[in-house]
Amino acid sequence: MQHQHTPDARAAEPCIAFRNASVKRGDRVIWRNGTFDIPAGSVTAIVGTNGTGKTTMMKAELGLVPLSEGTVRVLGRPAGEMNRRIGYVPQSYTSDVDSNLTAEQSVLLGLTGTRFGIHPTTRAERDKAREAMAFVGIADRARSRLSELSGGMRQRVAIAQALVADPLLLMLDEPLANLDLASQRATVQVLAKLNRELGMSIQVVAHDLNMLLPILTGAVYLLDGHPHYAALDEVLDSDLLTHLYGTSVRVVTTPQGDMFVTPGPDGDVPGQDTHTPTEISGFHRHQGGAR
Amino acid sequence: MSGIRFSFDPNWPATLSAPFMTNAFLAGLAIAVAAGVMGYFTIARRSTFAAHALAHIGLPGATGAALLGLPVSAGLGVFALGGALIIGALGKRASQREIATGTVLAFATGLGLFFARLSSSASQQLQSILFGSILTISTGQLIGFAVFDVILLAVLAVIYRPLLFSSLDEQVAQAKGVPIGAMNIAFMAIMAGVVTIAVPAVGTLLIFALVITPAATANIIAGSPFRAMLTSSVLCLVAIWGGLVLSAMFPAPPSFIIVTLSTLFWAVAKGVAALRAR
Repeated sequence: MQHQHTPDARAAEPCIAFRNASVKRGDRVIWRNGTFDIPAGSVTAIVGTNGTGKTTMMKAELGLVPLSEGTVRVLGRPAGEMNRRIGYVPQSYTSDVDSNLTAEQSVLLGLTGTRFGIHPTTRAERDKAREAMAFVGIADRARSRLSELSGGMRQRVAIAQALVADPLLLMLDEPLANLDLASQRATVQVLAKLNRELGMSIQVVAHDLNMLLPILTGAVYLLDGHPHYAALDEVLDSDLLTHLYGTSVRVVTTPQGDMFVTPGPDGDVPGQDTHTPTEISGFHRHQGGAR
Repeated sequence: MSGIRFSFDPNWPATLSAPFMTNAFLAGLAIAVAAGVMGYFTIARRSTFAAHALAHIGLPGATGAALLGLPVSAGLGVFALGGALIIGALGKRASQREIATGTVLAFATGLGLFFARLSSSASQQLQSILFGSILTISTGQLIGFAVFDVILLAVLAVIYRPLLFSSLDEQVAQAKGVPIGAMNIAFMAIMAGVVTIAVPAVGTLLIFALVITPAATANIIAGSPFRAMLTSSVLCLVAIWGGLVLSAMFPAPPSFIIVTLSTLFWAVAKGVAALRAR
């Protein structure tokens, strides 16, 4: 895997730029007034409760869901135009596969799957697929069929398939859902390595932040129908998280310096959860201004 | 016990050398190529039930054509293609909707019966449409099959990778720029063609065992899409030719033996795979 972008080019342009962006489904507004920049080289989580439009946001960034208002630019171009350089891993990798495709054949499709016409696979393409599989630690599974692999392994195949085309940005929808603890940790390690060694920008839809906390640089949070971006120290605010999840949440820092997000002592703590709508909107401005 | 006699016919080589048998063997080859290749994609796209339904949607077309005195295959093909284009336009998810598909399937079968009962000639043809009549395939039909096979292989060679990609994960393929709507319509339209040429062999009711079952068996045996398509075609061919030979030896309809062989291959492959997994 090569790095084809210089640090300067990255600094000049944010990875993702939202300007007054809104999305509607039918008449219902999913979210609106999204205005923020996500820097290149960052690891960002999209957080929010169920149904707030996290997956929709990712699809808007891929140009698969049209905006009703505003613009989204990704990698310096309008959403959808740079998809060749974006690796996308939807949640569907977990579904059972009826195909007898092997891991390697699946990864190769990330490179050749869009080509019409007759193209025998070249040695260079095969090497590239091997390299991507080695990076995510499944080189020894190249010949295994997808249907024989566990959910965690299938996810790594999906990540390798996304990596094989040298993306600048990797998007993963709920990559940790349905995985056991060990597989979750392994996935986070792969993401950390991609970001650290290749400088890849990474965006992850997640509802549990804990596993990702060590590698996150910021988060987009969907709150009260508006998306916001904040650097990590601003996100890790008990009050914000409490609002975000609609239930009492505490941020705990251990003596070793590790941070955890945990449910508060009670399900609902009146003192933390009784802001008026005006207070909440003030809270947003505060978060936005602090960036 | 006097009515039923499963006697061996010693004159079977003579039966096999009859001209209608030559047509049947060649038709079997054309059907095996088409069904073997498309069966793989049907399973990969999880559209097996939709493909099965196409045959039933074709049934009123076939009996309606018989009613009007038109070629049965033409009526079948037109109805199957119409159904295919509608299912295709609704998207891959629609082809996985079992209740809607099943309801349309039942209604179409009923309509087919209604058309068949409107005239005695259509009524006579109903059984061969439902259960196949590979021994009555004409040379004209045979040429049509061959032309279809050539078109099928040419189109598939061009859309092979995008079709495979969209079969594996439609969302990723769409994000990468594969025209998934066009892929879906192309798949269903080709499937309507496969159904149209396979129905004369085993009929609308048994088509699943000819188009899907060999592909499912091949998926167990073979390790790559290409090899699976090849294996599936060979299994399909062995089932059809075996059916023709055995039906010349014993008094059983070819459709029954074809379907039995196909099911047997699948059951053996499943059994062996299960034993190996232990």
